Amino acid sequence: MPLTLTDDQEMLRESARGFLGEAAPVSCFRRQRDENRVDAASRDLWRQMASLGWAGILVDEEFGGSQFGFVGAGVLAEEMGRTLSASPFISTALLAATAIGRFGSAEQKARHLPLIAAGEAIHALAVDEGAKHRPEAIAVRAERAGNGFRINGAKRFVADGTLADQLIVAARSAGAAGDAGGITLFLLDAKAPGITIEPVRLVDSRNAARIAFADVEATGGDVLGEIDAGGDVLHGILNAGRAGLAAELSGAAQQSFDVTIDYLKTRQQFGATIGSFQALQHRAAYLYCELQLTRSAVLHALQELDRDFAAAGPACTLAKAKAGQAATLAGLEAIQMHGGIGMTDEHDVGLYVKRIRVAQELYGDPDFQIDRLALAQGY
Amino acid sequence: MTDLDAFRTQTRAWLSENCPAEMRDGPDGEDKICWGGQRWTFKSDAQRIWLERMAAKGWTVPTWPEEYGGAGLGPEEAKILAQELALIDARIPLGSFGIWMLGPALLRYGTHEQKLHFLPPIARGEIRWCQGYSEPNAGSDLVSLQCRCEDKGDHWLVNGQKVWTSYADEADWIFTLVRTDPASKHQGISFLLIDMAQEGVSTRPIKLISGKSPFCETFFDDVVVPKEYGAGISSIVGTVDRGWDVAKYLLTHEREMISDGGGGAFGGPGLAEFAIGRIGVSGGRLSDPMVRAKIAQLELDTRAFGLTVDRLRDESARGRDMGANSSMLKYYGTELNKRRFELLMDIGGADAVEWDSDLEDAAGLAATWLRSKGNSIEGGTSEIQLNVIAKRVLGLPSA
Repeated sequence: MPLTLTDDQEMLRESARGFLGEAAPVSCFRRQRDENRVDAASRDLWRQMASLGWAGILVDEEFGGSQFGFVGAGVLAEEMGRTLSASPFISTALLAATAIGRFGSAEQKARHLPLIAAGEAIHALAVDEGAKHRPEAIAVRAERAGNGFRINGAKRFVADGTLADQLIVAARSAGAAGDAGGITLFLLDAKAPGITIEPVRLVDSRNAARIAFADVEATGGDVLGEIDAGGDVLHGILNAGRAGLAAELSGAAQQSFDVTIDYLKTRQQFGATIGSFQALQHRAAYLYCELQLTRSAVLHALQELDRDFAAAGPACTLAKAKAGQAATLAGLEAIQMHGGIGMTDEHDVGLYVKRIRVAQELYGDPDFQIDRLALAQGY
Repeated sequence: MTDLDAFRTQTRAWLSENCPAEMRDGPDGEDKICWGGQRWTFKSDAQRIWLERMAAKGWTVPTWPEEYGGAGLGPEEAKILAQELALIDARIPLGSFGIWMLGPALLRYGTHEQKLHFLPPIARGEIRWCQGYSEPNAGSDLVSLQCRCEDKGDHWLVNGQKVWTSYADEADWIFTLVRTDPASKHQGISFLLIDMAQEGVSTRPIKLISGKSPFCETFFDDVVVPKEYGAGISSIVGTVDRGWDVAKYLLTHEREMISDGGGGAFGGPGLAEFAIGRIGVSGGRLSDPMVRAKIAQLELDTRAFGLTVDRLRDESARGRDMGANSSMLKYYGTELNKRRFELLMDIGGADAVEWDSDLEDAAGLAATWLRSKGNSIEGGTSEIQLNVIAKRVLGLPSA
C-alpha cells in the first residue's frame, strides 16, 4: 500500500479543516480557556463533530458509525491538533470505540457503540496510577466478590475523566504489580457508587481527572474482554491511542512550525527580515526534516492499524516516540524564534507548547516508547 | 489475483532461478559492487552472470523505457522488484553513476538520438561514467566553476581542472560542467560528455583519510571534443549555456542516491547485532544502558527516515514531484550514516580502531567510518542542503 493518503482521506482532511476553521479555531479554544469552560464547550463541539460522523469514524455501520478506518481518524486528530480543538475524540472515538468494537461482548457493542457514534456518550480510559505511564505496574485491585468484583484503588491522568459518562478501567485481578498477566478491563458507569472523580487542572487546560475507587462493585457483564487477560486488549487500545496522539502531535507541531515560518518571513531586525539569517534558516530546515519524518511515521502507524491491528504495535510505538520528540522540538523552536512575544500568554505558540507537553506524556513519553522498540528488537 | 500480485509471483520465481547464491549477501558495501565498464574485471563468474541476466531482463534500470535498455516498469512494479530483491538480500547487479545520475538527466533533457546512443551501454554495464562537477575553487559555490570550453567551429576545446571525480581513473566517459560563456554566471555553463580516452585528459587519485582513493583530480589540457558523436548525437546535453538546469536536475537524483547509500558508501554491520555480541543482554536489555539508548534513538530516526523515503517516492509515483525534498533526503540520510558509524566506533572500542583488524565484524570498519565523513560533503554539503530546504521548500528570503 502506498504511504500516501487516498482521495477519500484527502477529502476528509479538507472538510475537517474547513469545519474546524469555522467552528473550532485556536481563538475558540483560547476563549474557552479564558472563560474556564473548556469542558462544557468540548461537549457541545463533540455533538457537532458527531453529526459529521467523526464520533463514529471507527464504529461499524450496523451501530451507526462510518467505519472509515484509522487513517481517517488520524487525519481528524491531526487537524484537531492544528487548531487545538478540545474534544473527547481520542478518548471516545478512538480508544473506547476500538476497545468495545474489537473486544466487547455483543451486548456491550449494542448498548454503547450507537451512543458513541451519536456523540451522546463520552468515555475515558483510566490506566495510569503513577507519575509515569507504566501499564505493567497496575496496582488498582479487582477482587472477586460473590459473582462479580470489588474494585479499590486510584487512577490519575485520566484524559476526559471529568466529562466521562463511562470509564474503561484497567485493574489487577490476579498476580502482583509488574506481572504481565492478571489484568482485567472493566467498563463502568462513571456515576457508579464508590467512584469519586476529582477534576485536575493540567497545563494544557484540557480536562483530566484523578479517580478513586472505593469498593466499587462490578459484575461479569462489566468486564471488557477476558478476565485476567485484559493486558492484550489494553495494549491494543493503547497502541491505537498512541497513534492518534502522534497524529495530533504532528498537527500541533506542524501548525506551530507554520506560524513560526510566517513570523520569520515578516519580523524585521537589523534592517532585514530575520528569516534571511542563516542561523535561523538552518534550524528551521532541520525542524522541517524532523516534522517530515514524523508525518511518515504517523501515517505508517495508522495504515498498519487498518491493515493488521494486532501487529501494529511497533509502528504505533515508533510514531508516538518520533512525534513526541519532534513536537517538543517544534514547540521549543517556536518560542525561541518568536523571541519575547513567544513568551506572552497573548500569543498562540504557548498554547501549542502546553498541549504538546501533555500529549507527548500521555500513554508513554518518547523514552518509554524507545525502550519498548529496543526490547522488541531483542536489545 | 491482480496484475501486481502476478508480477510479484513471476518476479520471485525468476529471481529464485536466476540470482546466483553468491550474490545474495547484501547489503552492498563499496567493495562488493560491480561497477562495470570497459576496464572492469569481474570478481567472480557469479557477478558477471548476475549482471548479464539482470541487464537482459532490463532490470538494471527497471523504469527506463525498453528501447533504452530498461524494462519500462511502472513505479508500483519497480517497488515490487526492489522488495523482492531485498527479500533475498540480493546485491545490486550494477553500481553506476550512469544509472543514478546521467541516465535521469539524459531521459529528461537528451534527444532521442542521444538516449539511443548512450543509455543502453549504461544499462548493460558496458560503459562506466564519472561526474566532473567540483573544481578547486568551485565546491559548495559550484556555479562559479571555470573549466573552459571554447567553440572552435567544428569542435569544442576544453581546458581546466575538476576535482572529487569519483573513480575517474576507472571510468570510460565523463559528464562534466564546463564554462561556455565566461561573461555570465548561471547562464554560461554547459553539460558536456567527454570520452576519457581523448588526448589531453588525465587523472590523479586523491588519497583520503580512510587510506583509500575513491576520488581523483581530473585535468583537461587542450582536449578536443567533437560537437557530435554521430548524426543528432550532440556532445552537449540540453542547450549550450543552459547546462545549469541539467546540472541541478541531476543533483536532485545524486542527492536522493547518496541519501540511501546508493553509492555503496554505507555498508557496515547492523548496530544492535554488533553491540549484542560485544556487550551482552540481561533481562532482555542490552547491558550498557547508555549505548542502548543511543542505538535505539538512532534506530528510531533511521526507521522514520526510511518511511520518509518511501512516502516521498510513493508521492512522486502519484505525480507529486519530490522537488527540493531530495535535499532533505540527502541531508538527513548522510547525517544518519555519520551518526551510525560514530556509534559503531564507540561500541567497537579498541577493536574498531585497529587498521588491520581481522575480526569478521570489525575488519575495514575504521576505513568505512572515515569514508562516511564525506557523505555530508559530496553532492552538496549538509549546510547547502539546509539552505536549499530553507529557500525552496520553506520560502525563506535570501540574505
